[in-house]
Amino acid sequence: MIRRFVRWIDDRLGASSFTRSALNKVFPDHWSFMLGEIAMYAFLILVLTGIFLSFFFDPSSRETVYNGAFAPLHGVTMSEAYRSVVELSFDVRAGLVMRQIHHWAAIVFIAAITVHLCRVFFTGAFRRPREINWVIGITLLVLAMFNGFTGYSLPDDLLSGTGLRIAYSIALSIPVVGTWIAFLVFGGEFPADQIIGRLEIIHIMLIPGIIFALLGAHLAIVWRQKHTQFPGPGRTETNVVGSKLYPTYMAKSLGLFAAVFAVLALLGGFAQINPVWLYGPFEPASVASPAQPDWWLGWVEGALRVFPPWEVRLWGFEIPNPFFPAVLLPGVTFLLLYLWPWIERRRTKDEAAHELLDRPRDRPVRTALGAVTLAFYGVLFFAASNDLIAKTFAVSVTKITWAFRIALIVVPTVIGWFTYRLCKATTRTEAEDVFHVPLKAVLEKPR
Amino acid sequence: MSRKPSRTIAFAFTISAVASIGLMVTYILGGQVQVEGALIGVALGGIAFGLIVWGKDLMPAGHFVQEREPHPSPEDERAALADDFSTSSEGIERRRFLGRMLGLAAGSLGIAALFPIRSLGQAPKDDLFHTAWEEGMPLVTRDGAPVRADALEVGGILTVYPQVDPGSADGQAVLIRAEPDDLDLGDRTSWAPDGYVAYSKICTHAGCPVGLYEPETRELFCPCHQSIFDVARRADPIGGPAARPLPQLPLAVDAGGYLVAMGDFSDPVGPGFWNRDR
Repeated sequence: MIRRFVRWIDDRLGASSFTRSALNKVFPDHWSFMLGEIAMYAFLILVLTGIFLSFFFDPSSRETVYNGAFAPLHGVTMSEAYRSVVELSFDVRAGLVMRQIHHWAAIVFIAAITVHLCRVFFTGAFRRPREINWVIGITLLVLAMFNGFTGYSLPDDLLSGTGLRIAYSIALSIPVVGTWIAFLVFGGEFPADQIIGRLEIIHIMLIPGIIFALLGAHLAIVWRQKHTQFPGPGRTETNVVGSKLYPTYMAKSLGLFAAVFAVLALLGGFAQINPVWLYGPFEPASVASPAQPDWWLGWVEGALRVFPPWEVRLWGFEIPNPFFPAVLLPGVTFLLLYLWPWIERRRTKDEAAHELLDRPRDRPVRTALGAVTLAFYGVLFFAASNDLIAKTFAVSVTKITWAFRIALIVVPTVIGWFTYRLCKATTRTEAEDVFHVPLKAVLEKPR
Repeated sequence: MSRKPSRTIAFAFTISAVASIGLMVTYILGGQVQVEGALIGVALGGIAFGLIVWGKDLMPAGHFVQEREPHPSPEDERAALADDFSTSSEGIERRRFLGRMLGLAAGSLGIAALFPIRSLGQAPKDDLFHTAWEEGMPLVTRDGAPVRADALEVGGILTVYPQVDPGSADGQAVLIRAEPDDLDLGDRTSWAPDGYVAYSKICTHAGCPVGLYEPETRELFCPCHQSIFDVARRADPIGGPAARPLPQLPLAVDAGGYLVAMGDFSDPVGPGFWNRDR
């Protein structure tokens, strides 16, 4: 049966030799190589659940009076967009679980990309010849974050409306063209009617399409270049040691897909996420409090909160405050990320191609800089909760904000120094140990 | 040896199938989010567990070695490509003028294709500089009811709108009543009859509604980024990231005892923009 099918296909496409080499392709085994896969599978789950959601979502700003299954909102005036999301959550069978899996998948998607990015960074996997995939990967992160924002802005609830309000203000803050950008994107002065409909097209068509294309390129390049591997017995710059795509790697990878989906389903079923019916519909004069974005924008939110009350005035023109924390900071962040492979090369003068990964401790400067970066954005992330921290510990917000401003300098410095010392110390211990045998070689019995 | 894992795997797949049947039953019975999540989780978790154990224990793992072919193409391939390309390009290079004209045509078309972006929205014009407030405009609540001069006690706060547009996003203002002696408004003292002051409700930082009022200290808080404004002193920013005071609405009491505006806000409302001072 299989033989006949293979024959039928090969008669027409002549794909046997390619398929055979594909099935026999060797992938190195390491847990950290699953992180990118988790991101990919989360994206797949986002598409699957998102298609279902799109059949029920109505991106209209037209006002309507709610009269559905959720009694506390009866008689409330709201947009069709908000009504359709509440209806999806309460009246459509399997609607709520789909919506919650979708939202959790977005959270995991961006988290997995971020951790994958850290893995690639700390092990030097971005070095020649993999700079192209580094650039594509950073672009995917930007797109994922952007699409996450457009996604949670769709329901037109009070929280997301506040988020859109801030996004509009950030657009306004861009020098020279800010007002035009804000007016063209929103269709006019906030809150213009068109924005929800536009966000939907961007969210379900434009960005996912670009992500699909770039993800395809990302994978094709991994396939073409072969995956990197950690150094170890028998592993060299010119080989790949691991499992074959078929059957082992495929079984494990499909298992991983099912596992990711299972975890997201459990989260979607048990962990309530974005309960828009509790926030209420968007109303320009109201605001949800506490108001925080989804986790991946926490660092921008934190930066908005702790940046000092400075504005620049030049020759009668103004650069408003949000420009610095919400446009300049992300711009510089991603610019540096994009350029990192070349920045590092300038310093190390290392032009060689690398197939073997670094151990983070063997590259103390890079590892320490990575730790500094994570600490900096980590502090910003927590700064997005300055009001909650102030409330919990009954301290004034102003004091907490100042504490964060100081922490923003102190914490990364300390962590960077500590990481550097730790790398140096561990490599020194290894060098002094004359009987040193790699631990892996001891543990791994030859098969 | 291979007997035990295969039994475990088969068991996992069985559990998964049972959960899927449960899922169908749940759906037919009307659905319930926690049950659905649990059953999808078990159905997929069973498959995940089975596949991973299968892959780990019953399939050939690790230690296959494959050589990497070098990334660059062989030198002669590269040279051949360069040769082919330059040979084929000769005809194009000779017609340099045509190439330029094609560039001109494509470039013009590209620029023309950008024009429809303008259709996306109105021009900003002076929309950001004024609101619906004007001299004599009554203050109304969200449902359009006019606000009498005895509407608030000292320490009270109310969101008000211009009568022509209740619910207006850029015209929304907070009306606060304070003890007249506590106010220090400088040359705007006449804007606050009976201790009533009104400020734009849109934060000058990032545009959130500034809705939290602390009557003792007469401070307005923005719940988004924690800017603090001093209501008694022209809503000057005294904390957080906001750099400018909230624009003030000049008030008066009309002959009928209702609060009215004496004009538009003192400044353009909301967050800053490039040409705000122009």
